[in-house]
Amino acid sequence: MQNWTEVGPVESVPQKGSRVMTTPDGDVAIFRTSSDEVFALFDQCPHKKGPLSQGIVYDKRVACPLHNWVIALSSGEATGPDEGCTRSFATKVEDGMIYISL
Amino acid sequence: MKEKLVLIGNGMAGVRTLEELLKLAPEKYDITVFGDEPYGNYNRIMLSPVLAGDKTIDQIMINDRQWYIDNGITLHAGKKITHINRVRRQVETAEGEVFEYDRLLLATGSRPFMLPLPGRDLPGVISFRDIADVDTMLETAKSYKKAVVIGGGLLGLEAANGLMIQGMEVTVVHIADVLMNQQLDKPASDLMLNELQAKGLKFLMSHETAAIEGKKRVEKIVFKNGTEIDTDLVVMAVGIRPNIELAQSAGIHCERGIVVDDTMQTFDPKVYAVGECVQHRGATFGLVAPLFEQAKVCANHLAQMGIARYVSSITSTKLKVTGIDLFSAGNFIGDESTEDLVFKDAARHVYKKLVIQDDKLIGAVLYGDTVDGAWYFQLMRDGTDVSSIRENMLFGQHHIGDSGHGATNSVDGLPDDAEICGCNGVCKGDIVKAISKHSLFTLDEVKAHTKASASCGSCTGLVEQLLASTLGSDFNDTPSKKAMCGCTSMSHGEVKNAIKDQGLKTISDLMVALDWKNADGCHSCRPALNYYLLSTWPDYQDDPQSRFINERVHANIQKDGTYSVVPRIWGGVTNANELRAIADISDKYNVPTVKITGGQRIDLLGVKKDDLPKMWADLSEAGFVSGHAYGKSLRTVKTCVGSEWCRFGTQDSTGLGIKVEKMTWGSWTPHKFKIAVSGCPRNCAEATIKDFGIVCVDSGYELHVGGNGGIKVRATDFLCKVVTEEEAMEYCAAFMQLYREDAHYLERTAPWIERVGLKSVQAKVVEDHENRKVLAQRFYESQERSQDDPWAEHAAKQRENYIPIKQVG
Ligand SMILES: Cc1cc2nc3c(=O)[nH]c(=O)nc-3n(C[C@H](O)[C@H](O)[C@H](O)COP(=O)(O)OP(=O)(O)OC[C@H]3O[C@@H](n4cnc5c(N)ncnc54)[C@H](O)[C@@H]3O)c2cc1C
Ligand code: SF4
Ligand code: SF4
Ligand code: FES
Repeated sequence: MQNWTEVGPVESVPQKGSRVMTTPDGDVAIFRTSSDEVFALFDQCPHKKGPLSQGIVYDKRVACPLHNWVIALSSGEATGPDEGCTRSFATKVEDGMIYISL
Repeated sequence: MKEKLVLIGNGMAGVRTLEELLKLAPEKYDITVFGDEPYGNYNRIMLSPVLAGDKTIDQIMINDRQWYIDNGITLHAGKKITHINRVRRQVETAEGEVFEYDRLLLATGSRPFMLPLPGRDLPGVISFRDIADVDTMLETAKSYKKAVVIGGGLLGLEAANGLMIQGMEVTVVHIADVLMNQQLDKPASDLMLNELQAKGLKFLMSHETAAIEGKKRVEKIVFKNGTEIDTDLVVMAVGIRPNIELAQSAGIHCERGIVVDDTMQTFDPKVYAVGECVQHRGATFGLVAPLFEQAKVCANHLAQMGIARYVSSITSTKLKVTGIDLFSAGNFIGDESTEDLVFKDAARHVYKKLVIQDDKLIGAVLYGDTVDGAWYFQLMRDGTDVSSIRENMLFGQHHIGDSGHGATNSVDGLPDDAEICGCNGVCKGDIVKAISKHSLFTLDEVKAHTKASASCGSCTGLVEQLLASTLGSDFNDTPSKKAMCGCTSMSHGEVKNAIKDQGLKTISDLMVALDWKNADGCHSCRPALNYYLLSTWPDYQDDPQSRFINERVHANIQKDGTYSVVPRIWGGVTNANELRAIADISDKYNVPTVKITGGQRIDLLGVKKDDLPKMWADLSEAGFVSGHAYGKSLRTVKTCVGSEWCRFGTQDSTGLGIKVEKMTWGSWTPHKFKIAVSGCPRNCAEATIKDFGIVCVDSGYELHVGGNGGIKVRATDFLCKVVTEEEAMEYCAAFMQLYREDAHYLERTAPWIERVGLKSVQAKVVEDHENRKVLAQRFYESQERSQDDPWAEHAAKQRENYIPIKQVG
């Protein structure tokens, strides 16, 4: 059974952008793509813990602001020749509201 | 059902086309490949190192059979296509099997030319083209002693060198008196001849072969002048001929090669051709660099994107013989309309010749010292005006102000653990390993796999040299333009022109109009496009999501994810009240570190993101504006105390510095931009390593441009001298504007000036008075809109972007 937590309205996250949600286990980055899909990743790059929420978002990927690793939003996995993975969380959008399963 | 694509020729050009196609449209075709040779796809140019025993066949495979399986490609290795039926769209193998196609790609390469001599069919007479030839040579070297190589070109010399290393006694027979006459002039050839002789090769120059003789196998060679020599092996390396028989028999128009247009299409629109088998605008090919460009273009059309055009460009060559350093590119012979710059040091075995036409470099031959090959090649491709560097350019790049890396420039001499990329800590050994292991060909591939040159880029030249020396050829260097990023094949310059010509006003319009491959672009093109639009259209609406984080939040991200805040301190002059305000604010937000920066201001480090807007509001209230320490924009104007206090001061450098900073702050530039003003030539403000430096003298102001500190220190070039402060400011505005309009995104003033030439900057800013005024005017106009303090604005309106969307627990 998934336990959904309400996050906030979709519009409060900029398109091709991200907002941070704080949790006792650390920050979670909520992403919104240009086609309004919503994803959530632990806000730490698998490389050297860069805050992914601050990166440039394109397609379903984000480029880490520290050293430009490119991370897939759906899986948290580094793309291309880089290897590493960051935790990802299930999300859903209902009536314009984002929910996350932590 | 998917369309069927059939490739004939499993060689370098054909398979490269498939690789490019898979990147663009992985699902489009059902692909079948026919190759005469019974292997996967290997790197033909590495056959020389295999012959010399430096590499094994396994090491030179680019794509093994598993690669074909992984990509759903059917490979028929060892099957030759003997017939094409264009009406039925079918190909037929030698065994009579028939396969259908919707599109056909011919990449049959070329065949060594065999001189029509008596005896050329004797066993022991071979060419140097494929793995089978190399096997024959290695086999022969085990049981026989003497070898003759006919042809003193690149291929012949590499064969000769390899056979000698395998223990044979080798004689090279050459018809001319210049070795590698496609690439070298006589003086360079003579130097090389000496060194190769010293290594143990024998030469018969200006000798023409008349016949090959022997009973069961080759025994001797007879020359036209009546002399003869004994031999057990003859390797013919006298040139290649495009493989066109198959195409010809199918009625496809051929001349010397299969004739293709700029889209790599043959006369039959269903049939494309790439590689050494083609003839494009009268030219045929013999090096891989242009073939890889063709592959890109062809893939683009096979994917039905339909925009790329193939333009042939200059190529460069290196000889893959250990210990022989040779580089040649372009038109190195010259004629009446060209001038030569020549440097010769016979004792050191060094020879350099540069050919110049209309103030541009058009050709180069380097022997013995090839460190600057990549740089010369760059100057040739960019068409840089070299008149201002011509006196020194023969001595290399580090002689024209590019000091920092001078001593380490020769990568060949470095040990494996030498660090090449300081930013990402990548050493030479890692890069070389990655190049061989993953069969990397281009700078971008090396960047992706090793991270070398992926950050500040100052080691790009070194990495390119490593690519060149590892692969033995400069083929990654061939494109006459560099694509902006993987989303497009257009260069920065082309994109900029398109923005103006087609009136493109937003990033999304642009991506549609120019056929961007990814709808959202990527992290490297979006910031560049945002900048180009911003600097072209006054009314452009800045896109914060296309800015790097520092510019988006107007602060510098630090390694722990906190930020640093740097208020602007005009000309580095402050007072007790401002300092008190900074102290109070630091207390209020518990700023852990307060540091004086190199640019004469104060850095507040370790600020949490959600504190940023509150802190800015407080700083604004105390009269501060953002210092743009985070931006591709004007950073600081550094000053010395000047005539107001200093006993040497000639002018009020501090006052001028403040005026200049008030004029220029807030402007966005392709990369960061630093200014300094020194009150006398003692230059305490270090104005000669800034993007724009002013050095006051008794009679006025000396203006300097294009310097920087940082990884690769570069002293400025002298722009001109002016008499008044007003002039100094106008030149500064005009220079900045020219840089803003002309440079590529992320290109600092130093590489920009090296690319376009100081002369062209002087012509536009110094000599053409009218143009200078127009440039300066454009600068002032755009400043009217950009000098709003982003801090005040964000503190007031955009707080929510800085605070968490939600807090749980
Ligand atoms: C020893 C050596 C060293 C070289 N060194 C360099 C160098 O340093 N730098 C450089 O830039 N270039 C170098 N070259 C040149 C470079 O290798 C060629 O330019 C390049 O390989 C040509 O690629 P291609 O795909 O056109 O032809 P190829 O690679 O020759 O591929 C053509 C393939 O098609 C197959 N084929 C032909 N007809 C048929 C048919 N009817 N049916 C099925 N298959 C067929 C052939 O068997 C062959 O495998 C070197 C070449 C050699 C031989
Ligand atoms: S540069 Fe000249 S004027 Fe300025 S502080 Fe130094 S010595 Fe004095
Ligand atoms: S502040 Fe500059 S010099 Fe110092 S570690 Fe960072 S990048 Fe390197
Ligand atoms: S921390 Fe993300 S790329 Fe280095």
